[in-house]
Amino acid sequence: MNRTLTAAILIGTLALSACTRPDRFGGSDPNAMPGAGMAGVGNAADPRSPAYFSQVVGDRVLFTVDQSVLTAEAQQTLNGQAQWLMSNPEFLAVIEGHADERGTREYNVALGARRANAVREYLISRGVPSTRLRTISYGRERPAATCSNESCWSQNRRAVTVISIGAGS
Amino acid sequence: MKLTVSALRATLAPGMTLLPRLASAIALAGALLGAALAPPPAAAQEPLRITVTDGVIEPLPIAIPTFQAETAGAEQLAQQISRVIADNLVRTGLFREVPSSAFISPVTSFTAPIAYADWRAINVQGLITGAVSVSGDQLVVKFRLYDIFTGAELGEGLQFAGTTAGWRRMAHKVSDAVYSRITGEGGYFDSRVVFVSESGPKDNRLKRLAIMDYDGANIQFLTDSGSIVLAPRFSPTGDRVLYTSFESGFPRINLLNVATVGRQQIQTAPGEMAFSPRFSRDGQRVIYSVSSGGSTNLYMTDLASGSHTRLTSTPSIDTSPSFSPDGSQIVFESDRSGSQQLYIMSAGGGEGRRISFGEGRYGSPVWSPRGDLIAFTKQHAGRFHIGVMRTDGSEERLLTASFLDESPTWSPNGRVIMFTRETQGEQGGPSIFSVDISGRTLRQVPTGGFASDPSWGPLQP
Repeated sequence: MNRTLTAAILIGTLALSACTRPDRFGGSDPNAMPGAGMAGVGNAADPRSPAYFSQVVGDRVLFTVDQSVLTAEAQQTLNGQAQWLMSNPEFLAVIEGHADERGTREYNVALGARRANAVREYLISRGVPSTRLRTISYGRERPAATCSNESCWSQNRRAVTVISIGAGS
Repeated sequence: MKLTVSALRATLAPGMTLLPRLASAIALAGALLGAALAPPPAAAQEPLRITVTDGVIEPLPIAIPTFQAETAGAEQLAQQISRVIADNLVRTGLFREVPSSAFISPVTSFTAPIAYADWRAINVQGLITGAVSVSGDQLVVKFRLYDIFTGAELGEGLQFAGTTAGWRRMAHKVSDAVYSRITGEGGYFDSRVVFVSESGPKDNRLKRLAIMDYDGANIQFLTDSGSIVLAPRFSPTGDRVLYTSFESGFPRINLLNVATVGRQQIQTAPGEMAFSPRFSRDGQRVIYSVSSGGSTNLYMTDLASGSHTRLTSTPSIDTSPSFSPDGSQIVFESDRSGSQQLYIMSAGGGEGRRISFGEGRYGSPVWSPRGDLIAFTKQHAGRFHIGVMRTDGSEERLLTASFLDESPTWSPNGRVIMFTRETQGEQGGPSIFSVDISGRTLRQVPTGGFASDPSWGPLQP
């Protein structure tokens, strides 16, 4: 019990600092990683922790070139995400859309937005209240993998569901 | 910075009256009017003129003897100013500098008669002489341009007065005047570029807005690297910059005052994300994209009243707009056909007319300040290109090719394009390049590190 409380306070603190500097990826913190959010918070063995969400449920889905269609595999991951979000109503989620580097910069912002929205709509269709979901696009600005071939590009065409603490919890 | 310009009285070459020179000037003006039909000046025995659009295979030989220092202590500035002028002209690809080691008769005075035969003997076609005087922090730069073949001055000598701190601008002013007289086009050297300076690893790039002279000199930062910034755009007068900022945590549009570096977020039409902002030609309105519910549409906001107008209404991605010079039309990219293509619509919005029909995808269109061409990014067969086409989509020409070329921006005279070229791989990164519209002269702009998304501002007053 005590441990859970400590974890909750820790989560609250992180969320607060994320609020004062919402662009947590742009700062000088060399450890800041795209899509990290609270993914490392808590113990992955604890099914109620964001760490469990990112590591066990799976926080991201991948897309084919220039597409925002959810594959069967992506839908399966999102079913798990929806289930987790429904059983952990104190959490909110920001869905980050990303693109690979093989497109123009502004188009990629729009493409990332389209991908994030596809995930958001799917989660809503699985019962997650829309008020708990926000979307953002990073375009091609925050690749997960940095090589310049398909092995990296396929990892970068993604939408990552980043868990954050809800208001009033 | 205050900078004044005044004409110098013509110096008469020995044995010449004013009348024949006037006649040759008129003949030259006529030649420039018919420039589109004129052949490129390959042979040495032709009047001093260049048709920019032809591209130049054989650059025109010019001599720029170090400007005369007319006051004690002006030597260094005279040297630097002469160098910047020579660099400007050579960088265009239209000129070749004849080295001073080849000179037969050194220029020892700004007012001395020109020994045309000596310059002709070493094949010089254009000669630029100048003088520099300094008094306290006041700087005066004079120059004259001579057409060696006709044996006459081309245009009047000019004098620029300002402060020593603005010496580079005066060198650019002289270069603009020389370029204009020889090509019949407006200049572009005395202009600035706003861009994104990048540092750090590829998966966590730090981005800052920065401004520089067109040639990469005088780089200054306009924002810190606290949040992602994308695709800045100069206002038509160069006093303000619009850009996309992630400062709020989400993509939003910021307006920055160049002089004060003060910035504010613009209240945009409702939607999750706003980006891709551009000024109208009068600088009073902003057009931009809003992403909402998976679709991205174009909007216009009046800066004074804050009122929004929706310009497109599609389930597709409509972005990267650009006004025509007269403000009546907007070119933009849309994937409404299934892939990125270019469209033109009226400035009030509505149905677009597709203008790109070649193979591949077309994006980031920018209307030339002359109105005649649209520059764009093209993706085809795994390569990226900067290209130009007429406003009806005809006469498409690709000017560059690489792993990733994108985001073109026009020089104030519509004859040169700057763009971003990104190299591949983990250690890869973006640099700014320029290419003339013939596609023959490609140059990297020195920015001292990774740099992207240039926006070329207007000629400075």
